Amino acid sequence: MNFSEVFKQSNQLCRVSPDGKYLATCVQYRLVVRDVNTLQILHLYTCLDQIVHMEWSSDSLFILCAMYKRGLVQVWSLEQPDWYCKIDEGSIGLVSSRWSPDGRHILNTTEFHLRVTVWSLCTKAVSYIKYPKACQKGIDFSRDGCYMALAERRDCRDYVSVFVCDDWHLLRHFETETQDLAGVEWSPNGCVLAVWDSCLEYKVLLYSLDGRLLSTFSAYEWSLGIKSLAWSPSSQFLAIGSYDEKVRILNHITWKKVTEFDHPATINNTKAVVYKEVERKPVVGSPDLSIQQHITMGSTLFNTQSKYEICPLPVQVPVVKPDLDRANPKVGVSSMAFSSDNRYLATKNDSMACVVWVWDMQRLGLLAVLEQTSAVRCFQWDPRRPRLALCTGNAKLYLWSPAGCVSVQVPAEGGFQVQSVTWHCSGDSLILLGKEQLCLCYMEVGEEEDDIK
Amino acid sequence: MEDWWTTATIEPSIENHELSGIARMTMSPSWHHNKLPTMHSSTMPLSKSSYNVLSAFCTEDNVPRCISYINQEMDSLGFSSACIEASSPEVSGGLNTVPALNGMYELLQMQRRSQRSRQEQEAESLKSSSALEHLQITNSRLKDQLELSKRETSGLHEAERQLQLKIKTLQNCLKTEKDEEQKLQSIIASRASQYSHDAKRKERESTKLKERLNQLLVEKRDKKLAIDVLNYLGRADGKRSQWKTGKVEARHEGEMYKSLLSDYEVRHRALMLENVELKKVLQQMKREMVSILSLSPRKPCSSFRDHVEDSLELSTRSPLRDSTAGSDRDKEVGDCSRETLDQSCDHAREQSCEHAREQLTNSIRQQWRRLKSHMERLDSQASLVQQSQQRAGKELVPRQIHEEEMGRMRLEVQQCKDFIQTQQQLLQQQLNSPCYDDETAALLNDCYTLEEKERLKEEWRLFDEQRRNFERERENFTEAAIRLGHEKKAFEEDRASWLKNQFLNITPFVDRKRHSASETQHALSTSSEPDMRIPSTPARLTKSRTYAAFSTPKAVAGMPSTAELYHTLRLIPDSSSSSRGSSKRGSWQESNTIHSREDSRVRSRDRYGGGDCCSIFSLGLEENSLT
Repeated sequence: MNFSEVFKQSNQLCRVSPDGKYLATCVQYRLVVRDVNTLQILHLYTCLDQIVHMEWSSDSLFILCAMYKRGLVQVWSLEQPDWYCKIDEGSIGLVSSRWSPDGRHILNTTEFHLRVTVWSLCTKAVSYIKYPKACQKGIDFSRDGCYMALAERRDCRDYVSVFVCDDWHLLRHFETETQDLAGVEWSPNGCVLAVWDSCLEYKVLLYSLDGRLLSTFSAYEWSLGIKSLAWSPSSQFLAIGSYDEKVRILNHITWKKVTEFDHPATINNTKAVVYKEVERKPVVGSPDLSIQQHITMGSTLFNTQSKYEICPLPVQVPVVKPDLDRANPKVGVSSMAFSSDNRYLATKNDSMACVVWVWDMQRLGLLAVLEQTSAVRCFQWDPRRPRLALCTGNAKLYLWSPAGCVSVQVPAEGGFQVQSVTWHCSGDSLILLGKEQLCLCYMEVGEEEDDIK
Repeated sequence: MEDWWTTATIEPSIENHELSGIARMTMSPSWHHNKLPTMHSSTMPLSKSSYNVLSAFCTEDNVPRCISYINQEMDSLGFSSACIEASSPEVSGGLNTVPALNGMYELLQMQRRSQRSRQEQEAESLKSSSALEHLQITNSRLKDQLELSKRETSGLHEAERQLQLKIKTLQNCLKTEKDEEQKLQSIIASRASQYSHDAKRKERESTKLKERLNQLLVEKRDKKLAIDVLNYLGRADGKRSQWKTGKVEARHEGEMYKSLLSDYEVRHRALMLENVELKKVLQQMKREMVSILSLSPRKPCSSFRDHVEDSLELSTRSPLRDSTAGSDRDKEVGDCSRETLDQSCDHAREQSCEHAREQLTNSIRQQWRRLKSHMERLDSQASLVQQSQQRAGKELVPRQIHEEEMGRMRLEVQQCKDFIQTQQQLLQQQLNSPCYDDETAALLNDCYTLEEKERLKEEWRLFDEQRRNFERERENFTEAAIRLGHEKKAFEEDRASWLKNQFLNITPFVDRKRHSASETQHALSTSSEPDMRIPSTPARLTKSRTYAAFSTPKAVAGMPSTAELYHTLRLIPDSSSSSRGSSKRGSWQESNTIHSREDSRVRSRDRYGGGDCCSIFSLGLEENSLT
């Protein structure tokens, strides 16, 4: 495992182009495009203000930089560095900007969710979509880029509009049976739209592309409901994480519950392996230095070392009792992610912030539990292999694979603390984002086997 | 009296005995003179020795008075019989000693008695006083306790009252709380409705505001709201954008449905594949079930029936029969269902036909039910067998029974072997006797028996291993018996011809027929030996002949009893048979008769091979009872 030198970045803005060739980072009002392999600067663009949001177009030819405060969006071309495009939303304001899947349209959501403006880069045409709903996930594009689902609110009722992205033709418009729609998400095959209600009511509605209601699922009533939702890459499973600290898995044929994953404070599932991160001060010359300690030894003499230990069952997981009287209590499954091969599901329960749970989707049971010393900030699956990277806001990178678990010290100087991790689309490298810095971590196949013990 | 009594008691306590004389001297005149002058003389000698002041009671002058006084006193005390009298009037001072002494003695006795009684009474009084005291103490204690408990009860009463009060207040509280809760619920409901109403109103307002804002912003023709592009880009797919027409709409619809259809097709294909897989599994399962069902019910039933039916009750037997019948049905149904299954599977593969599917599922269900019932039956049988084993285990140790049975059977086999051996021997003798001399015959016999022994030993070993071997052995034996029967028949014929010959010899045609008769004899036995031997026991021969004459016309020729055979063949001489143990002979005969019975059954047994073990058992039992 190799690490690159550290680069500056701001606002955690660092994106790899969809084709995996370029790395774009924002430093204040500058946009820097580098070659991923050499890390040499290819282009340098200067925006009008500090960049708040940055996004690659799907064809990796353009980069969108949004400056919400000024209501400005600037687009840069990689092929023609002289080409420019500036979109000014004016006094109506801007809260969100994104590419359409074709990479030739930009969708801007104005302040107060008054409308969504669709700017075309091909023609001068501007389209407006009124009544977008301000919610958790109001817009979702299908994976193939053909359709866009938009949550709307009119006359105190929720609607979903399905647009054809090609020419922004309204394909379907239907009312949903929700009290307060919270989000929409396409299945990866683009044929089923999952719509879920706000946390006050546990309700998931599944609509076909043509607007037919396929199924409704509700696990319970009178309690805080859905917190997160995730489709498996094969569209076979729909995982629903809720405030009752459970994940429910629906199947794609009957849309009924297949199983339920509980997140208990005491783990006594004999089929699960509990990895506990153990910190310790480095002892120079101690005989039991492990490999990763050797790797990280040089620069981190003053940092604490950590390694994973397999805990004998049963294991008591640290639980922070949430204040249930306050809004948005820190309890329930807030993030879930399926591995690219559909085999594993990683979840995190907010009341056990230090713990990541890995579930086996073939056996439909708990497979591994990673207990970290501090709260998990972010976890992401390798897009190619069943490998999970996670970070906890310290100078370490943690990796889990079915073979085992490893913690790696990032050999960067100056208190580099990993806030988030992003995989390169090839799965060969990781981008580690600190508060003001970033660093690339290259996974090498030969070495990887040594590291994972 | 009291006065002087007290003075008398005081004085000796103060003064010594030496002084008493002086005192007496000083005091005696004062009362001796006026009261007891007569007693003085009689008491004088006593006073000399030990009497001190008491002696002053009686003086010589007041003796009679004293006597009378004492008599009076004695009378009053109830000693009327014994009166002290003056011994004689002349001797004034003398006393009649006997009654006096008696009186004294009685007085002493009385005094002692009274003393004793007094002591007892004193003790009694002490005891009673202590008891009284004790009772008083306990009484007081009990009084205290009573007081205490009274106080306690009053306290408890008070507490109860308080508690009841509390309960009442709590109940009131509960009621008020319930009311409160209901009120709150209604408040919450009203609030919720109010909130939702307000939210809706606010939302409407906000949408109105948004609308207004939008209008304003749009109408204002915001200068800033613009896109500034160097040059417009081509579409990502390189095509030109199209006008929005109905055609485009239709195309979009078509594309949407196409994608939906393709998705459904993919899913359908996946489901089909899964279905086919599942059907295959079902088919295989069914085939296996059918094979299990067609095989398994036969085995246990055929093996079970014999000894289960004997032991089992009617109620348990009937389901067994049902099961066997059911298994037959099963097989039939299984066969036909297998055909339909194959058909249906073929169908299913080509076109997922509903009918075929139903058939498949139905047949699977049927088979499954049958398998289940079969399993249950087996379970119940197993439990029954276990129970019966347990029952048997209570009465006897099954292993012991087994061993006993084995021992008995071994014995039986041994006996049978002996029997077979002797029979073989006899047969050999019978066969050989006409052609060989005794020695060679014996030698041959020996050889034969040796060989036979070897063979039997082997068979014996085999029998030990398996019971089936014994059956085979039995078969061998029966075969031998059949052979014997055949031989007997042949011999009978032979003998008949011989007798005819003899008869012809006696008759005037002797000379003519002799030659031919001897020739037939030769032809039959190829020896002249029996010619010499047969005449040695003519009486027996005739006897047997008569017997033969009687029996031959009947079925005897087919199955003669061996005993008769021996007799006719002179193989058991009288002396030897008498010298032999009666028991041995008995067993022989017994077994022989059995064999003759079995001979008649031979043919039938060839068909029903299974009955052997039973007959063996019965044979063994009979022999045991005989020996």
